[in-house]
Amino acid sequence: MFNKDIRRMTKNNNTGAQLLSNHRVYLDHSASNPIDSRVLDAMLPYFREHFGNPSSTHSLGQEALEALEESRRNVANLIGAKPSEIIFTSGATESINMAIRGAAFRNRNKGDNILYSAIEHMAVLNTTKYLVRQGFRGTSIPVDNTGVIDRDALSKSVCDKAVIVSLMYANGEIGTIEPVREAAEIVHEAGALLHVDAVAAACQIPIDVKRDGMDFLTISSNELYGPKGVGALYVKEGAKIEPLIQGGGQEKGLRSGTENVPGIVGMGKASEIAKAEMNPESERLTALRERLIEGTLENIRESHLNGHRNQRLPNNANLRFSYIEGESLILSLDMEGIQVSSASACTSKTLEPSHVLLAIGLRHEEAHGSIAFTFGRENVLSDVDHVLSVLPPIVKRLRMISPLTPKELLS
Amino acid sequence: MYSQKVMDHFKNPRNMGEIPDADGVGTVGNPVCGDLMTIYIKVKNDRIKDVKFKTFGCGAAIATSSMTTELAKGKTLEEAMKLSRKDVADSLDGLPAIKMHCSNLAADGLHAAIEDYLKKKGAKK
Repeated sequence: MFNKDIRRMTKNNNTGAQLLSNHRVYLDHSASNPIDSRVLDAMLPYFREHFGNPSSTHSLGQEALEALEESRRNVANLIGAKPSEIIFTSGATESINMAIRGAAFRNRNKGDNILYSAIEHMAVLNTTKYLVRQGFRGTSIPVDNTGVIDRDALSKSVCDKAVIVSLMYANGEIGTIEPVREAAEIVHEAGALLHVDAVAAACQIPIDVKRDGMDFLTISSNELYGPKGVGALYVKEGAKIEPLIQGGGQEKGLRSGTENVPGIVGMGKASEIAKAEMNPESERLTALRERLIEGTLENIRESHLNGHRNQRLPNNANLRFSYIEGESLILSLDMEGIQVSSASACTSKTLEPSHVLLAIGLRHEEAHGSIAFTFGRENVLSDVDHVLSVLPPIVKRLRMISPLTPKELLS
Repeated sequence: MYSQKVMDHFKNPRNMGEIPDADGVGTVGNPVCGDLMTIYIKVKNDRIKDVKFKTFGCGAAIATSSMTTELAKGKTLEEAMKLSRKDVADSLDGLPAIKMHCSNLAADGLHAAIEDYLKKKGAKK
């Protein structure tokens, strides 16, 4: 059922590419995930049958409230939190805004410096920019050439009146897993708060907010194969934040507005499934990833892996091909039925290459030639083999067209 | 996102390659920006007898390079100098707005190749 769903979903491609192959392979799970059919089944009754408002006293409202609280337990269980520490939001962007803005404004007396790693999502970078306009300071913490945060730089900056530090559990673009537990100790020793963006990690690696020492943690429903438009923020008991949205006082007053019950039910179910299936699924994805990485590096000269070799998300292979540009690779792969992401300028809204790839020290032209392959539940071994069979001729053709390719590489 | 014509020229680029004994060579763009193209021309009796290109860049960059060479072939130098970015985009049934400036450089490359030819010719005299 699930496989059929995804095949159907990936049938329409909008790049204008005509498919040369019937083999369709979706490898862009860091951009969007299909909803798991078990999640959709759990959600459907909450659109019509159980449509009550959780704030209503009558039985229909109480049914909705019960479903809401069951979802909260499931989400909490995924990350080792107490249910009372989970706040539902409209998605990861809102969660990130809530944590950073909320904590900065509420704890202004403790410091005015917002720290963030150089590879954070735009939601973190632009929230910080906003806070700088409001009189705060922003300090970027560098990463090494594998994407791992510089702990010495963090130790130094956190002592300069830091109020909140935002890091990633793992980066969804290059796959690198961050030493968050170690970072938490550094941050707390200096008396600052720690927010962790676990959007890319939550479905794939076991998170325990108590063990890892987090004050705030962002997760997204869609990355768990739940619906879009839902997310959650873990707020540690006792941590103080200013709400972004004022209203009827839902979600302990931190996120007013009638709850998106069907969406939240979906996120709860998705969390339950993610938790139950994580170990075997992550092992399976790691095998797919390794086959792709090894097959590519062996068969394509001057191809490179971006990010950390081992300390990386099970589903992520970010590969770089010298002398060619990412968008032309994406179009070529799309013609073969393979959907992937590029961080090249040509696919972004800003025309700038990915700040993540520049932060790990890649030159602009290297960043332009990088592609993120992100695997998911419906991918199988034959998908990797399909990629490995079409990728070498595509790279070769584009290198033939490129004026940058050294002659000896074409022979 | 792209027209059928853009995809056709991306898939089957016309006149791709180098001319080792070219009369004029023009390179425009910058790999840092994600687009770099080189246009080679052979000239006979003030006409473009042959033209080839090599391009590093996105689908639009490759397609506009290909279309530019097709439009330029057989034209007099004067006519080729008048070939504009807009002519190239129109011949491809349009380009996405964001690609009009960053990737549609091939006409400039052609003009640079012609100027290179005229400069070399002037130097010979």
